[in-house]
Amino acid sequence: MDAQEIIGRRVARELRTGHLVNLGIGIPTLVANYVPSDIKVFFQSENGLIGTGPIPEQGLAHPLLTDAGGRPISALPGASTFDSAMSFGLIRGGHVDVTVLGGLQVDAEGRLANWMIPGKMVPGMGGAMDLVSGAKRVIVAMQHAARGKSKIVRKCTLPLTSSRTIDLVVTDIAVIGFPDGKATLMETAPGLTVAEVMAVTEAELVIPDTVPEMTI
Amino acid sequence: MKAISVEEAVAKIPAGASIMVGGFMGVGTPERLLDEVVRQHKTGLALISNDAAIPGKGIGKLFDAGLVSSLTASHIGLNPKAQQQMLANQIAVDLIPQGTLVERIRAGGCGLGGVLTPTGVGTTVAEGKRQIEIDGKAFLLETALRAQFALVHAFLADYLGNLSYALTARNFNPVIAMAADTVIVTAEHIVPVGVIAPDHVVTPAPLVDYLIANE
Repeated sequence: MDAQEIIGRRVARELRTGHLVNLGIGIPTLVANYVPSDIKVFFQSENGLIGTGPIPEQGLAHPLLTDAGGRPISALPGASTFDSAMSFGLIRGGHVDVTVLGGLQVDAEGRLANWMIPGKMVPGMGGAMDLVSGAKRVIVAMQHAARGKSKIVRKCTLPLTSSRTIDLVVTDIAVIGFPDGKATLMETAPGLTVAEVMAVTEAELVIPDTVPEMTI
Repeated sequence: MKAISVEEAVAKIPAGASIMVGGFMGVGTPERLLDEVVRQHKTGLALISNDAAIPGKGIGKLFDAGLVSSLTASHIGLNPKAQQQMLANQIAVDLIPQGTLVERIRAGGCGLGGVLTPTGVGTTVAEGKRQIEIDGKAFLLETALRAQFALVHAFLADYLGNLSYALTARNFNPVIAMAADTVIVTAEHIVPVGVIAPDHVVTPAPLVDYLIANE
């Protein structure tokens, strides 16, 4: 199982029937592939759809039905469409139960930076700031490290996405929560020890008495 | 509402005009109007749009043709030409959170001075803005946005100018149709009055100034 699949499978286990869920681009998008069949959630696409379905079969795509990246999608029975003001009203208004977003850095207090690298990458924040500010639960799905450097940092050095802290970060090697506002190691990936995770994590982690392995 | 040709409609737009354009990554964008803006070479445009689409599609065509002087948007990351023009200081780009952008436009169309949003508090977005506390929660004061023109793409337009939209092509279109002095519309289909049931009209006819006639 590759790193992205581990992350996608573990995040999918956070979803519950009836949840309204918004998935960001990249690894978060993969979560939809791993939702257990007995869990029925609504996926929102912030360009104006609740009830996004899989990519349509060849020849069945509709040019006016895409995801937020402009790629063709389908709509499931029971789907609804709306304008961007409504879409972000849902997001900011606390109607989205879970958002899953990518990350550049998450720090020891649960702050997230995921929208720009000054001087290098200035694409615009799109919907990320609204999602972090307004969703009931914010989960970050990302690789634990980039080019050998921990993305779980003591303090974010990149511009923050929101002053609101996140609830959970799922990486290829760990699940980290923030009870009492402190990064706490909740689970390790199968086959990894707590010490191995700590060794590649810049931020100081609170280690509970028992740290189970991820169930994926 | 008046049905006119795309040439006549775009001739009404002066160089340097402020223009809101509907669409999300080029989906729900009035392509025929943008093609004509390029053909008539309207320069120095101040654009307000969700994103910069991609080169060759939607609003991306205006960057290809070098017609843009400023852009207010939430995301330009998928249009390398818009990024290059921004980094070379050829265009001024104001990047703002998507929910804030659409609410500022909505406010502009609804006679509000602005909105209070928690989005951006404690980030670089808050710089230079008034922060207001209400019931112990911090909000940013985000002011209303309007433009001289809104270029809207609908799915159905009836002979009076009532509009409905399809699937994810709705996005910013009904919101910008409220927030500009002159509203110009293209539609996938022009239909008789009554085909769009009153309950299904999203943009009421009095908001529409010009509908681009079929060829």
